[in-house]
Amino acid sequence: MEALLWLIPALPLAGAVILIVTAGKLSRNLSALVGAGSVGLAALITLIIGFGFIADPAHTFHQTLWTWINVDGFKPTFAFHLDALSMVFIFVITFVGFLIHLYSIEFMHDDEGFSRFFAYLNLFVCSMLILVLADNLVLMYLGWEGVGLCSYLLIGFWYQEEKNGYAARKAFIITRVGDTAMAIGLFMLFQHFGTLNIQNILTQAPQTWTIGSETATAIALLLLGGAVGKSAQLPLQTWLPDAMAGPSPVSALIHAATMVTAGVYLIARTHVIFELAPVAQQWVGIIGAVTLLIAGFSALTQFDLKRVLAYSTISQIGYMFLALGVGAWSSAIFHFMIHAFFKALLFLGAGAVILVLHHEHDMFKMGGLKNRLPVIYWTFLIGSASLAALPFVTAGFYSKDQILWLAWAGEKGNLWFFLAALIGAFVTSIYTFRMVFLTFFGEEKTHVGHHAGKLITIPLIVLAVLSLVGGFIELPHTLGHVELFSGFVKPVLPAVEMRPGAESGEWIIQLTAATLCLAGIYVAYYFYMKRPDLRRELKSSMIVTNRFWFSGWGFDALYDTLFVKPFVYLSTRNKDDAVDRIYEGIVSGLNRVHNVFAQTQNGVMRWYIMGIVIGAIFVLSIGLILT
Amino acid sequence: MNTISVEAGLILAGILFMLGLISVMIRRNIIFMLISVEIMLNAAGLAFIVAGARWAQPDGQVMFIFILTMAAAEVSVGLALILQLYHQLKTLDGDAANKMKG
Repeated sequence: MEALLWLIPALPLAGAVILIVTAGKLSRNLSALVGAGSVGLAALITLIIGFGFIADPAHTFHQTLWTWINVDGFKPTFAFHLDALSMVFIFVITFVGFLIHLYSIEFMHDDEGFSRFFAYLNLFVCSMLILVLADNLVLMYLGWEGVGLCSYLLIGFWYQEEKNGYAARKAFIITRVGDTAMAIGLFMLFQHFGTLNIQNILTQAPQTWTIGSETATAIALLLLGGAVGKSAQLPLQTWLPDAMAGPSPVSALIHAATMVTAGVYLIARTHVIFELAPVAQQWVGIIGAVTLLIAGFSALTQFDLKRVLAYSTISQIGYMFLALGVGAWSSAIFHFMIHAFFKALLFLGAGAVILVLHHEHDMFKMGGLKNRLPVIYWTFLIGSASLAALPFVTAGFYSKDQILWLAWAGEKGNLWFFLAALIGAFVTSIYTFRMVFLTFFGEEKTHVGHHAGKLITIPLIVLAVLSLVGGFIELPHTLGHVELFSGFVKPVLPAVEMRPGAESGEWIIQLTAATLCLAGIYVAYYFYMKRPDLRRELKSSMIVTNRFWFSGWGFDALYDTLFVKPFVYLSTRNKDDAVDRIYEGIVSGLNRVHNVFAQTQNGVMRWYIMGIVIGAIFVLSIGLILT
Repeated sequence: MNTISVEAGLILAGILFMLGLISVMIRRNIIFMLISVEIMLNAAGLAFIVAGARWAQPDGQVMFIFILTMAAAEVSVGLALILQLYHQLKTLDGDAANKMKG
């Protein structure tokens, strides 16, 4: 069955090609069938392969399609490598992707660019699958840039509005900064190993470098640069909140579930290099810890429903980076999977709310939707509970708890990582339930338009179920001790090494996290339901901090002063292009000479004869003078 | 038998050539311009004959026969052009043919 692997990326690609070639001439139903059907088939094949794979997660499957380039020893192939790590990723991409495609059929139904939307979305799924299945870093880079392109196209999907185009360009350019770092990292890897095949590099690296080697550190930091750009981590996080200009299914698929976690995948995939470079790995953790706090506090102050979720995504990916930083590879991937479920659910729920409220994004103008939209309310509530890590019942609790625990007890963990994660968990539950209370409780402020149909509610329900039960495949020592997930990825990602003497405190940490989560919910309840007057007082007393957090800690303004303004200044100064002046001078000089000579071409024959005679006299007299 | 000196023959050829050249330049009537070109050709032919006689070589006369045949061909083409020109413009003024302005 695994021989069908190539079909998984090929089917969405075929869907994209059909939709692009027909250029919107297919009927809506047919476009939806091609768009969602191709991804659905890919998900089906993934499930079939997955069932076979689960029996023996230690084995790997390699499929070479053709040699891509062959230049002087540099020979990247078009080949796929399936192991437990890529299995998890292709499952999430195709399965969550399929649900989001279903949802989009109804969500985008009245949009003019219906078939264009599905073409982009299919192309995205194909690129993302190539990214995670690639057996060499060049092919992976193809997928990496492919998802970047689709992200650009889909953020600017409603291109008639200027600000959407701006957001798209911003996302594209900022991620390009990281991609450049990553490309340099790839060049260095090729220089040292003469190959870019991932498995070869991973086996050769420990033999070539000692732990802490400078080259390994440099390469790991460059790869981290790529990951930071793609995953919207500090300092390249500013593009993600603006990327919410795209349609909600796009935010759910690209900017929550899959593409933004490509950085996590990259680091997990090349974890051997990071283990050889402890400094770089520590930086992964530091970036994760700082980002999760910064983004969490920014999410507290937003009023646009989707921007809250965007900052929350940055913050949750910060958790994944933190996990990677302490060497808890499988916890990061586990949190990625659970996060894909509940964050996709939240984005789809938010999209549905925004749709029925006639494109109202402002949470303060929502409210009272609890009874109006029961299905959306309950699924959104489940997603929020999972995001806030409500103890024991939600999947988010189990995945986040593991990261908290390992940030403390892991060999590379320390108190600061743990404290950051703990404060982050508290803030997460506040902003999550602030969002829930503002949107669904209180009085109704905006009239509800039409109700959501089955194609919207079914994906929500499926994702809600996954957000609840998804966590039970990995339970901590204190609660049942199930290790299905970490056991599954163990052949690829080694287990984290514990700090000696830290094993006993696990239940204390769980209890603290659970208490903080409940306390956060109560704080949100207190300020947004019980005493809204206190909230306003608090806001006005902290207006400077509020504005600072609202603007995402001023990073946009900082980059504007540091990079955008000097560049614009230089461009305006050089508007006339000094170098071009030289060439313009040559052109105008020649033009003048041309005009003079054009006068002699007047069409009078006797003038020409005269010219011939004068010329002849001239030549003859020169001849006479010279002899 | 009186012989004509080479200088006299060449001066005659030169005068004929200059006459032809000047009238090509100043005449407006296109038929006169054609005739003037013929005069210039004959002046050149005369110079060949004189030179051939001077060195007692037949080459000069051969060249003259060449010039004659060439002149015949040229006149036939030239006259055809003049007919067309007259047909189109209803005039024989050479300057009237500057319709394309160069």
